[in-house]
Amino acid sequence: MAILADQNTRVIVQGITGREATSFTKDMLGYGTKVVAGVTPGKLGQNVHGVPVYDTVQQALREHPAEASVISVPPPLVKEAALEALDNGIRLIVVVTERVPRRDTIEFLEVAQEKDVRVIGPNTLGLISPHKVKLGMAGGPVEDVKKAYMPGPVGIASRSGGMTTEIANLLTINGIGQSTCVAVGGDPIVGANFLDLIPLFEKDPETRAVVLFCEPGGVVEERLAEFVTAEKISTPIVAFIAGRFVDDIPGVRFGHAATIVEGDTGTTKRKIAMFREAGIRVAESFSDIVSALREYIGVQE
Amino acid sequence: MRLLEFESKAILKKYQISTPRGRVFTSPQELSIDSPVVLKAQIPIGGRGKKGGVLEASTTEDARTKMEQLFSRNLGGYRPKKILVEERVDVAQEFFMGIVYDALAKAPVVIFSRDGGVDIEELVLRKPEKVSRGRFSVRSGLHQYRAREIVSDTGISGKQLLGISAILSRLANIFLDFDATLAEINPLVLTGDGQFMALDCHLEIDDDALVRHKDLMEIEKDMDRVESERSMTEFERKAAEIDALDHRGVAGRVIEFNGSLGLIIGGGGASLTAFDAVKAHGGKPANYCEIGGNPSVLKVKELTKLIVSRPNVKKIAVIMNVVSNTRVDLMARGVVKGILEAGKVPAETVAIFRVPGAWEEEGFKILSKYGVPYCDRSVSIDEAARMAVENSSI
Repeated sequence: MAILADQNTRVIVQGITGREATSFTKDMLGYGTKVVAGVTPGKLGQNVHGVPVYDTVQQALREHPAEASVISVPPPLVKEAALEALDNGIRLIVVVTERVPRRDTIEFLEVAQEKDVRVIGPNTLGLISPHKVKLGMAGGPVEDVKKAYMPGPVGIASRSGGMTTEIANLLTINGIGQSTCVAVGGDPIVGANFLDLIPLFEKDPETRAVVLFCEPGGVVEERLAEFVTAEKISTPIVAFIAGRFVDDIPGVRFGHAATIVEGDTGTTKRKIAMFREAGIRVAESFSDIVSALREYIGVQE
Repeated sequence: MRLLEFESKAILKKYQISTPRGRVFTSPQELSIDSPVVLKAQIPIGGRGKKGGVLEASTTEDARTKMEQLFSRNLGGYRPKKILVEERVDVAQEFFMGIVYDALAKAPVVIFSRDGGVDIEELVLRKPEKVSRGRFSVRSGLHQYRAREIVSDTGISGKQLLGISAILSRLANIFLDFDATLAEINPLVLTGDGQFMALDCHLEIDDDALVRHKDLMEIEKDMDRVESERSMTEFERKAAEIDALDHRGVAGRVIEFNGSLGLIIGGGGASLTAFDAVKAHGGKPANYCEIGGNPSVLKVKELTKLIVSRPNVKKIAVIMNVVSNTRVDLMARGVVKGILEAGKVPAETVAIFRVPGAWEEEGFKILSKYGVPYCDRSVSIDEAARMAVENSSI
């Protein structure tokens, strides 16, 4: 089992003829993802690495039923693309594009919520369930994905795309495999944040522990701490909180758009304190993630 | 982008929300008054009053003197270039209204309080019964009836309820129409003669949406808007120029610190991780930066040269997460070239090079050739930071 998507998930790529999309479509296919069709308005009849291109999502789905869509179109076009996918019954949307206007994001998330559709991103590298599926750019070319990721019992959710692969790599080197690894996206508002993903990991029989990569800014971690206590989440969570130095420099953006600390809100100090109170294990150093996990899942053979 | 008060108020007026009579001045010469006024420094930060950015005056002479004072003041790192002079308003009652996005509900949320002119977060803790909130849809906007529900939740009724909720729904329209991420009127006041007025207003516009607001984009480019003392250091300015050399990838977001270990780190999350790790192992970073998206050799070279040329920098650490898009060989080439062009020896200047991932074999070949200490993906970011600190203290 994996959360969100697996080897049977059929995928379309919206904006497939773009430079970036062409490249990650090749990598997804190489990793075994079932990319059944692509959409770029006006480019019906073309193909990208053997994937047929259609003018509309409706047209593509008529020929090739699919459950998921990866969207990689310019920022001003993202809202329309997402609404098109939602209108045509897509159940999982991964928005790779960055710099999407916030109001646009909220608008398609509202529709997604009404239809109970999962959205990952915007501004995400995507997700990987090792040896099953890869959606978006996560991990890069197939050879690189194979080096860094391997199947196993640990879920990863990360506010940083690059660090999703870095954590998978750390676990793989130490013989710990992963169930599903999700880069949630670097924007202040994303479709699925830690609070949305933890219940999915909790329900997944394969996932025995979860690693979170957290950054300063926002209140998702704080609310997650409350949620874990209130809902009695039993899946062990190991959190790594990067950017502790940012606490001393409020008002400055480091890294992702969501990292700004305002007053006491969003400081790593507060996140750490609340996590500890909720029984979430906070890794002291990056390498400590492994030893913390071993306490929960033992040593794998 | 944060709009200045007078810029925000111009928008309020377009939406029929009253503000005190006033005018913006860039020098005191033309100022002449016949009734008491308030002089407000136009700077893009909150808490101006406490910082001495708001002064009152009753005579022209006094007003001119106080304006001079404001122009010469450093207010939280800003020097105002414009002063808003407004008639002094007779305040009977104050309210607060604000709209932001709730990242968890993924919807805009209104916060209203029947106490205004205060720190809202503090008020929520002390007198929660005076504060109410309510979400609305970006597709339908804030309906009049929703606005009335939110305001009446704090116990307001009658004529006040109608007046305030009308203003609240207009503020919600502004929030949506201008792609704001924050719209706040604090305080909204009821004047002695029964009129509602926005005494202060704060609008924050989504930078990613500025492309559809050309007029606001022009405002942002205006160099005469405000003078920031928190301006970049010479080093940061040069680094920003390097990042702008071409559009391939990022080699930027440089922030100066005063340690001796130069950092070439990336991407976003890994930069935060590496910086923390260096500090945790007792290292003193000379800078923060972010590399990502496969920057050109030229950019990496120039940034390296800039960092190793700083007199306080003894060594540099090059640390990134396992890269898939950025190429290790291009990073290696850029770093080595930058050090050579700065007249230094790569083997002695790099404390550790830890960038595993795409094209690593080619990259490691270059590093070996120059005797640069490097490690592969089996060494974690944290371990690499420890090695960097140890190697740089020898």
